[in-house]
Parts: sequence; C-alpha cells; structure tokens
Amino acid sequence: MAGLAASFGSGAMTNSIDELEYTDLILAAGTNTTENHPVIGMKVKRAVKQHGTKLIVIDPRGIDLVKYADIWLCQKPGTDVAVFNGLMNVIIAEGLHAKGYIAERTEGFDALKTAVTKYTPEYVEKISGVSAEDLKKAARLYAKANKASIIYAMGITQHISGTDNVKSTANLAMLCGNIGIEGGGVNPLRGQNNVQGACDMGGLPDVFPAYQQVANEDARKKFETAWGATLSGKHGLTIVEIMNAAGRGDIKAIYIMGENPLISDPDLHHIKKELQKLDLLVVQDIFLTETAEFADVVLPSASFAEKDGTFTNTERRVQRIRKVVNAPGEAKPDWEIIAGISTKMGYPMNYSSAKEIFEEIAKVTPSYAGISYERIEKEGIQWPCPTPEHQGTKFLHKEKFSRGLGLFHAIEYIPPAELPDKEYPLILSTGRVLYHYHTGTMTRRAVGPSERCPESLIEIHPDDAVKFGVNDGQMVKVTSRRGTVEAKAQITQKSPQGTIFMNFHFAEAAVNLLTNPVLDPIGKIPEYKVCAVKLEAA
Amino acid sequence: MITIDGQEVSANPGQTILDCARSIGIFIPTLCHYKNTTNVGACRVCVVEVENARSLVASCCMPVSPNMVVRTNTPAVRDAQKLIVELLWSSGDHNCLTCEQNGQCELQNLVYWLKIDKPRFNIEPPGYAPDNSNTMIQRDLNKCILCGRCIRACNEIQVNEVLDFSMRGSYVKVGPAFDEDYINSSCVFCGECLQVCPTGAITCKQAKFAGRPWELNKVRTTCTYCGVGCQMDVFAKDGQIVKVSGNPDYGQPNGGSLCVKGRFGMDFIQHPDRLKKPLIRYEKNEDLKEASWDEAFTFIVDKLSSIKKKTGSDSIAGLSSARCTNEENYLFQKFIRAVIGTNNVDHCARL
Repeated sequence: MAGLAASFGSGAMTNSIDELEYTDLILAAGTNTTENHPVIGMKVKRAVKQHGTKLIVIDPRGIDLVKYADIWLCQKPGTDVAVFNGLMNVIIAEGLHAKGYIAERTEGFDALKTAVTKYTPEYVEKISGVSAEDLKKAARLYAKANKASIIYAMGITQHISGTDNVKSTANLAMLCGNIGIEGGGVNPLRGQNNVQGACDMGGLPDVFPAYQQVANEDARKKFETAWGATLSGKHGLTIVEIMNAAGRGDIKAIYIMGENPLISDPDLHHIKKELQKLDLLVVQDIFLTETAEFADVVLPSASFAEKDGTFTNTERRVQRIRKVVNAPGEAKPDWEIIAGISTKMGYPMNYSSAKEIFEEIAKVTPSYAGISYERIEKEGIQWPCPTPEHQGTKFLHKEKFSRGLGLFHAIEYIPPAELPDKEYPLILSTGRVLYHYHTGTMTRRAVGPSERCPESLIEIHPDDAVKFGVNDGQMVKVTSRRGTVEAKAQITQKSPQGTIFMNFHFAEAAVNLLTNPVLDPIGKIPEYKVCAVKLEAA
Repeated sequence: MITIDGQEVSANPGQTILDCARSIGIFIPTLCHYKNTTNVGACRVCVVEVENARSLVASCCMPVSPNMVVRTNTPAVRDAQKLIVELLWSSGDHNCLTCEQNGQCELQNLVYWLKIDKPRFNIEPPGYAPDNSNTMIQRDLNKCILCGRCIRACNEIQVNEVLDFSMRGSYVKVGPAFDEDYINSSCVFCGECLQVCPTGAITCKQAKFAGRPWELNKVRTTCTYCGVGCQMDVFAKDGQIVKVSGNPDYGQPNGGSLCVKGRFGMDFIQHPDRLKKPLIRYEKNEDLKEASWDEAFTFIVDKLSSIKKKTGSDSIAGLSSARCTNEENYLFQKFIRAVIGTNNVDHCARL
C-alpha cells in the first residue's frame, strides 16, 4: 500500500474487478488468484478462455493460473524486482514504452531508465532463473497490449523488498501508459473482507480516516473539533513494533478487536513471550482464539451475520452487511462493545445503530462523503464518492494522478534476508489454500471445507523429496533457525525445486514458528514468502 | 420490427426471439436456457411458431429476422411443450414429497403451468445411486433432466472444467471425468452447479430437511471471507442458518457466483464453540472465568485508566480488524485516539 501511495498518491486498487474480464492482457504477479480470490480467479479464466485476453503469470509456484497463461515467468522466490526491472529494460531498449504518456503524466523516468540499464535479460536470468527469451517475450506482450492490468497479492508484498516490489509494478504500468484507463491499472487483491475499509477508516498508526495525516495540524484540528478531544500528532506504532515494545515493557496494555496475532504474526515464540509481559490484554472475538487464551479479558462479539454495517471490498466498493440471526448468548456487535467501554471511560458514545455511525463517518471522511445506507441498498458504491450526486469511481487517476504526476522509482534488486545455506538448504514459502482462510478459526469449524482439506500439507518438489528421503503422505519435520513444525508431505510439481510451501491455517502446524520476522522497512510487512529451512523425515 | 402474439416489437439484430418476448413481458417457459451461458436449445420447451418456418423453433436459440411473425401460445406449441415435459417427468424419479426443490423446482412449476395431471408414459427412472460422497453437494441423477446448465455453469461461468456429459443415447449422464463422485474429482466445490440446477438433481446437502423454501427467511449480505466482497443470500429458519446462495440479480462484484468458503464455509457462525459470555482472568496465574458485561467493562476501564495515568497514553495500543465493519473500525480508532490519546492503532493488513 505504501508503495502505490508513493507512486500514484493512493494505495488502493486502481481499477475494478469487472474490468479484468474485458481487458487485453492481465499480468498476475504473486497472486494465487484461483485459490485466494476464487471469484476474481474465475473472471481471469473467463477473460482468457472467452474474451481473448492474454495472461502472463509471474510466480515461483506452478499455480492453477499457469495452465491458462500465455507466458509463465517462474522466478526464484524474492527476485521480483530483478524480473520487473528486466521487463522494463527490454521495453525501453526496444522503444516500446509510452513516450507521450511518460512525458505528460509522470516524473522520474530518467532515473528509472538509468536504474534498469544493467538489468539486461541475461543479467536477470542469472539472478532470477527466468530465461532471457521468456522475459523478452513477456515484455513485448505486455508493452504491445492496448490496455493491460497488473494484479498482485501477498506474493509481492510479503518480502523485505515488498514496497520495492509494489513500486516496480507501478513503474511497469506507468511505463506503458496503463494507469488511468479502463481495463488497466495496478490492482492489489486484498486478502481479507475489510482490509480496505480498516485502512480507509484510519486503523493505521499514522492516519485518520481517508488517510488524513495525524502529523498534519489541519487534519488534527478537524478531528479535534469533530470528536471534541485533544489528539496526538505523533505517529503510533505498527503491529510488529507494538509487539516488540510490549517485550521491552514500553507497551503495558493491548486491546485487540477481531485479530489472532498468535497465529498470523511471524516468529510466534517471541510474540507469546511479549504478550505475557502485558499488564492488560483485552481480546474481543467470536471464538476463544489462541490469542484470546492469553488474554486478561475476553469479550464475546457478534459475527458478520449477526449485525448491520458495511465492508469495503478490494475494488473500493462500500457494501452492506445485514443481520440474519441473533448473536449467541450475550455476544454483542463490536461497535456496541467499544461504545460501552468508551462511555464508561467518560467519553460517551451514544449510537443507536451502525447506520448512525456511518453517517458520522461520511461527515469526516471525504472519500465516503456521498455514500449513505440508502444509496448502497441495492448496489455498493466505489469510493471516492465525494457528494450525494456522485456515482462513485470505477478507476482512479483518470486525468491526473492523485499525487499530480505519477512518480517512477529507481529500484535496485536486493536478495531476501535469509537465503538457503548448507545447514538450511531449502526455501520455505507460505500462503493460503482454497479451502481455508487465514488462521483457520472459521473454516476449520466448517464441515465441508475441512472435509476437503483436513490437515496441513507441506508441498515438496519430487526431486527434493528424493534428495531428502521423504515420501508422499509421510510426516516430515521442517526446521528453521526459529523453530520446528511437523506435518504431512505432499509431493507435487506445484512447488519448484528447492522451495517448499506450507499454509498457515493450522495451529498444530503453525508455520509462523518458522518464518523470519524481518520486516520490509517501509511497509513493515514480514518476509513470509522466503526463509531458509531444512527438511527431514519425522 | 417483429410481431409476437400480435404485438409489434422492435428488436436488435442477433437478439433471440426469447429475449425479445421477455423484453415485452411475454412468458415463454425455459429449462436449459441460463443467462450468461451458451444457448444450446437442448430441452425444446421454449418452442414457438414462426410463420413460414418448417417446424416449431426453439426461441432461445433463434435470432430474430425482419418482419418475423411469432406465436407463443398456439395449440401446437402447447402440445409440444406438454409432450416434452411429460417425457422429462416420466424418465426420472421426480418425487416431490421428499425433494428439497419442492416449491422452487422449475420442472414442477412447468408441469403445473401446462396443467398436466400425469404423464402419458410409464415412469421409468434410470436407477442411479445417489452421490453422497461429500458433505456439501448432493447429486441424485434420477432427478436430472440433462439440461446441461450445471455443465455450462462449471465450464463457462466458473471455468472449473470439471463437469461434462458422458455415455451415449439414453445412458447419457452428467458428472466429473471417469464417472467419479465429486469428492474424488477435481471439483473445487464452488457450488455453481447446484445454484443453476432447475430440479432437485444437485442440491445443498447440509440444507436437506432443514427447511422448505417458503419457510426460509432470506437476507442479502456481503461475504466475510476474502476481499472480493461477494453479494450473497443467507437463508435462515427459526434463527438457524440453513444455507447460502449467490444471486445473479445482485450484479457487481460477483454476478451471483460464490466459492467454496462463501457457500459452504458458514458453519462457524452457529458453532458451539462461539463465545457467549465475557471472561475475566483476575490474577495472572488463574483461569479465565465467566463474568457479566458490567464486571468486564469495569475491569477494563479501571486497568486502562490506571495504566494511562501511570505510564501515559503511548503505553497502550489497539489492534483494529480487517474482519470487522467500517463502523467498528472507525469507532475503534476514534476510541484509541480520542479516549486513550495515542496513535498506537494498527491491524493485520500486513500479514
């Protein structure tokens, strides 16, 4: 998100889901779309099969989309910047870039041009393992498409170079004039139902709702007036920094609403120790999660089917949720709980409904100002929607970028923080599978998905299986510098040689005991996609 | 311009007779026709009379031509429709007494609309064993009318490419390759096939005996799993969730399609493990104990207030949630910023 904001002035998906089906080319990088966003995966497949759309896949794993791809660039994990720089090297060398667009709408092109000069296809092949010929073919295919859309997900962001990777996708898209047009864009596919909304609403340490900076005095004054309170202008801490500060004793209390960091955070042993040092841990959730078990107070909340409200999807579309059934026992909607605590602390929050809160949101959030429950009764509206007459925005940066000119970033490839060596000879990459979701608290309690995928499997290339003496279905032990987990082996060509893949849905095979907590310096995202491990029969 | 049942209609080249008739509110029954998939003209119940045509034509497949004159309700049309429906009825085991689709079955509706008491032919179901191989999708091919909608949904809408026709002649059936049960096939359980099935051949297994269609309360909402934000209908009876379905009328972003998690992953909502009362751990080495909301609020407020006083606002942090609503995230960060007095608020977007 930080990467796109730096390039374009806005961190959100630039275009709409529906446009994917009718564009000329889709470049899918670091997204296992058919498993993690199946309905978007469906549209990508329809585009290829029914509308003649070309597909380039950049991914180390032989994911389902590879079957539909015109070109598959199978890079070594963590070498994305080199691949993108290589694509741009070819495009510029062959004069295929959008010269008029670059001159008119962007800045920083010369620096980019200089930076990518050394990333010749041959040089990139050495770093990434992608053949120079395939790279050239992909570069020409992308550059020659009238409108081309880039989609990406955590395969791009969960690296120490995550922000650099994102900026690289933005560079490539601008280089060929693909931002600000229908069917184009750089489109991060959000993994959770309301990541977009949580960010829009200011669930971030440096911004108020609609990304108004806490450090900006005007913004702060506006919210001080709206909320009748004195506000801090100091940037807060990010999730991983909060955990570290708890370990040092600088953070004494953490209030967690609907998150399970004990499974989702990198280097779990470390997190457990830090949470134990707190004076107060409040966890508000629908289940007694691994994190809730550590809490001093656990508050039962209502699930999405038991309350009203809105979610904002990955394409910025604000949509209603509605109450279907009553919450069990004494469980309450999260908003009622927060309002209750706040009122008791001497700051009354007397909202009678979610709708009333939304009306307050619209007042202080310029991009949501024109949205109301009445307007989204039948179909959601995509922000920005500044006035009640505005129809919402299908794609961003139409005439000009949110930041004015689109900014190219000159980026150098840096290798992942922890590479295989003699002792830990394999790369471990992590992610989701189709049948489960995140830390598994929901899907593992669902009969159907659990029937289809009852246990964690470690995906291992057949050559590696022979090399390390493991058989299909056998229990194996994976060890990194931080911990060990055991799970069954699944021998498959989906994993490239030298890389094994595990999901993070199963607490009993908690892959984040292994992962490397090193962060991308800007996005503060952990490097979940690459760490070094060893493999042996259990 | 064309004429349908005496009404003049302007039509676009390429438009079918069926589309054209529906646009002016003339009902033509269909079974195999399904929006956004290829028109195959397989079932023939949409037949109409076209002046100067050699025979009745399938309106779902026949493009309009200038000055065409169409009649949808002549005796010849009705006779043909009755014959087709009676053949379909008699070649399957359409026992509405125990069928989950009773009340929303398109074949049942058509029998009623055509005023058929019983078929002229002996009822001879093929006698297939039902596919009970999994907990999500139930298949009973004895109720299959071979309309092929599930095949087109699987191949053209979801592009999962699992289902197709197999065998020949009267042995034709629908299913995954090598006549496998769903659970042993490459099926990914998106459930599009059961959503488009006009009869009770493919149904939602967990909804079996859980409620008749007319007893269910339908609520439109947004899926809680990934970031696509699929629109869906959740059906409940007496406070119990029965099933989930997509709805093509809802448009963007999913056009009525869902995935396995959205359609079959909602058991968690009413799972016995759900938290029902607040829990408090009064001393660090004790267990969590049930408490009232009032006790929980008092405990939290006392602790937060004393920590804020002793070590300052910045020694407190909050994690809001990509799983909660906008309203809740807004209120949470407002609470942390305005009441606690710190910007230490983040969520797990990065993870």
